[in-house]
Amino acid sequence: MEWNFLAVLRDFDLLILGLLNTLKVTGLALLFGVPLGLVLALSRLSTIRVLSGVAGFIVEFFRTTPPLVQLFWFFFALPILVDVRMTPLIAAVVTFSIQSSAFFAEIFRGGILSIDKGQWEGAKAIGMTYGQSLRRIILPQAVKRMIPAFMERSIELLKTTTLVSTVAYTDLMFQANELAQKTFRPLEVYTVVAVIYFVLIFVFSQASIWAEHRLAKSGEGTVR
Amino acid sequence: MSEILRIENLHKSFDDLEVLKGIDLTVQSGETVVILGSSGSGKSTMLRCVNFMESPTNGKIYLNGDLIGTERNGKMTYKEAELCTLRSRIGMVFQHFNLFPHMTVLENVLEGQVIVLGRAKMEARDKAMAQLERVGLAEKAFEYPSRLSGGQKQRVAIARALAMDPEVMLFDEVTSALDPELVGEVLKTMRQLAEEGMTMLCVTHELGFAYHVANRVLFLNEGIILEQGEPQSILKNPDTNRMREFLDGHSLFKLPD
Ligand SMILES: Nc1ncnc2c1ncn2[C@@H]1O[C@H](COP(=O)(O)OP(=O)(O)OP(=O)(O)O)[C@@H](O)[C@H]1O
Ligand SMILES: [Mg+2]
Repeated sequence: MEWNFLAVLRDFDLLILGLLNTLKVTGLALLFGVPLGLVLALSRLSTIRVLSGVAGFIVEFFRTTPPLVQLFWFFFALPILVDVRMTPLIAAVVTFSIQSSAFFAEIFRGGILSIDKGQWEGAKAIGMTYGQSLRRIILPQAVKRMIPAFMERSIELLKTTTLVSTVAYTDLMFQANELAQKTFRPLEVYTVVAVIYFVLIFVFSQASIWAEHRLAKSGEGTVR
Repeated sequence: MSEILRIENLHKSFDDLEVLKGIDLTVQSGETVVILGSSGSGKSTMLRCVNFMESPTNGKIYLNGDLIGTERNGKMTYKEAELCTLRSRIGMVFQHFNLFPHMTVLENVLEGQVIVLGRAKMEARDKAMAQLERVGLAEKAFEYPSRLSGGQKQRVAIARALAMDPEVMLFDEVTSALDPELVGEVLKTMRQLAEEGMTMLCVTHELGFAYHVANRVLFLNEGIILEQGEPQSILKNPDTNRMREFLDGHSLFKLPD
């Protein structure tokens, strides 16, 4: 067995294209998933029973079903039910937005609940509305505490997006499969792809550690 | 003197537990009222009903002549926006300060002015500095609360409330969480406020403060005002045995004069 990376390097632009598509799916899923997660968390924390019940069900459902099943459902099953044309990209973004929003919802909920009740009271006592209290007082403190869990979930999401290759979306994994078949060099191709994912995630987590330190330095130590 | 706060037939229950069983109280502008009572007698609940941190189960509250809420079929209904406005007109200081730790002292005092009252930044800043000056903490304006002592935190909390130009101030055991040597500076600030004519309702166990600063002392017992009067008479010669026991409990270990 001899290592030969030449074939891989010659078609490296294919992998770059795949990488960009992977980042696109991940980025879009974050873009929609994070706000949706906040909405789900607030609904779940609401005193309105129906609202918290529905939100709770959505969160638990998407946390407990396999992401591959969800992806197939949105790609193959949903178009049968309603008249929508699903492209692999749309199916992937819909699936991973909702799926990660379920996890982000729990992170938001934990973060919000971890803030001392006195903070809500302090805000309320000066006349702030629920929305003002949340935006100005609770979330800025909660988000700081959420960063590690948030980053871990985002990395998890990036890894889970490899599933989109199964519905023929040209992400990094899909391109790797193509290239491996074309060049008969699976060893080199998948090694390179593993390294790309590693570098990507390593850089990402280093950046998050840096961000966390920066935030920790600005200001408070304790809740009071 | 004119009436600033009126509480009529205030009732409050938590599920089956009736905590307040009909409180009537009229407070004149500039008055300092101290509320005494043993643990669980409903002191905090009463204070918190005044600015609707808790919703009264029954009864009416008037601030400066305005009835809070609307009466419908004999029941009071409240709109959240109206309650927010009311809370911005009443200052409240808590046992555990509840300062915003992610903001500097100055930002803490600015927050309500800018976000709730919509004051212009410059005006709010001048006001904030003036209030910090008033509680003797102007030089701490750019510190974060975590760097302050308990007494300083509590004075910042007082400044934060004062910056809203409240019509009434509520104090709920504001010295109970402090180390003994820090209690004095907070009580001194409160005394100064009282002398400047602020209307204050204070729940406290500091009988000395009640004696020297209050215009009136209420004794709350099992959800009703059992007795009330001028501090000099009520603290020395209470009418009821219940209050006498309470006062004895508080002065058991006093040093002789
Ligand atoms: N949010 C709540 N839910 C249920 N019960 C409550 C709530 N708040 C207060 N209570 C109950 O109401 C009663 C009166 O409480 P409150 O805090 O008003 O007493 P207090 O006079 O302030 O006592 P303390 O001196 O201990 O602060 C207590 O039995 C308390 O357990
Ligand atoms: Mg209390």
